[in-house]
Amino acid sequence: MTGKVSINICVNGTNFERMVEPRRLLSDFLREDLGLTGTHVGCEHGVCGACTILLDGDSIRSCLCLAIQADNCKITTVEGLGDIEALNPLQQKFREHHALQCGFCTSGMLMTVTDMLSKNTSLTDDEIREGLSGNLCRCTGYQHIVDAVRDAAKQVGDVSS
Amino acid sequence: MKPPIFDYVKVSTVEDATAILADSSKEAVVIAGGQSLLPMLNFRLAAPDILVDISGIDVLKLLEEREGAVTIGAMARHVDLGSSPIIARHFPVLTEAVTHIAHLAIRNRGTIGGSLCHADPAAELPMMVLLLDAELMIAGVKGPRTIAAKDFFCSALETDIQEGEMLVSINLPLLPPNSGWGFEEVSRKSGDFALAAVCTVLTLNDGMISEIRIAVTGVDDTPRRMDRAEAMLCGKTLDGDLLCEVCDMVQSDINPDTDLQASSDYRRHLVGVLTARVLKDAFARAGGTFV
Repeated sequence: MTGKVSINICVNGTNFERMVEPRRLLSDFLREDLGLTGTHVGCEHGVCGACTILLDGDSIRSCLCLAIQADNCKITTVEGLGDIEALNPLQQKFREHHALQCGFCTSGMLMTVTDMLSKNTSLTDDEIREGLSGNLCRCTGYQHIVDAVRDAAKQVGDVSS
Repeated sequence: MKPPIFDYVKVSTVEDATAILADSSKEAVVIAGGQSLLPMLNFRLAAPDILVDISGIDVLKLLEEREGAVTIGAMARHVDLGSSPIIARHFPVLTEAVTHIAHLAIRNRGTIGGSLCHADPAAELPMMVLLLDAELMIAGVKGPRTIAAKDFFCSALETDIQEGEMLVSINLPLLPPNSGWGFEEVSRKSGDFALAAVCTVLTLNDGMISEIRIAVTGVDDTPRRMDRAEAMLCGKTLDGDLLCEVCDMVQSDINPDTDLQASSDYRRHLVGVLTARVLKDAFARAGGTFV
């Protein structure tokens, strides 16, 4: 069984069947086997949050999950949110508020916030900061990210109410 | 920063899992949510022959109230505990503790069984089961057994679970009426492991403390109960003088290490401050009037 095994994973609405080693990290599977390099890899031990994705709707660290554990699961990566011609509303808010500089943390930030806003749109600034506490950004000082999330939450809340 | 080579087996019953775990020719370890094991594998601090994935065993995901206790399956995730109305009603101290565990993405995947069996000396859930006098239900090839939380944690990252055994569920006996709770933790930033954390549950009877438990974590190889302080408080009402005495006693009963995060003295100081806070909170929540 140390050889490769077949897994079937739905990523951004497309089914992929691939052979993987059991030790293949989900982050490496997405980047190297599927070529979806929007998911970034920082620390590879669950501290920086750059590799955050959605697994069956919940945000998780893709470096702390084996690809084989995600067999038959649905995954959303940053490529599933929007694209350069058509940013999704959250991405648009990040752009408007200058919530990124180098962009390395941004895909993880976006996926974390997507999970947060899917569960609660009436977030206080403290709750936004607590929610983002697992995602490290070394450029922005976080303030513009908090601004973008607050604005995006207001927009989502307005639409759904 | 990539895991070593291992085999992987996803099982659908507890019996299948324990049979693999009992095979001493290969080192097999359980993977639940993997939020402690994956970092260990990525760092190659762990190099097992086989991972036994128990996430497909549905019976391990239960969370229910029965016969004077709440039973939590080993695969219940932190987010399941934190959002459970049953936990919020009977053990609000546990609901509060869960908010201190790591971050959203970790809580979405990490499990109570994984946290207890990993036995990090600064983690919240080992302290909670010690505080709440939990019984840990173990399955094994030699038959089931029950371990009291106080006997479960042997030292840092070591538990009483033997070869061929796995944790199945956790029983939390309900607290008496008129009980209050307190939980305080200090960490470098939100979601980090505790530099020190203190929690308590106490019960009042005619304004007097009839039952009390105090647990601390982050200051020893395992979480610890503060037995002498509990005995000192039992049968008394809480006032400023007693609070000072108890905090002094708790501080003298611990011997925390110095590390890169905090000095021994600072940790001892924190435990004193946090003990006073949790006792006042718990006393007030139980309906007591602090003088």
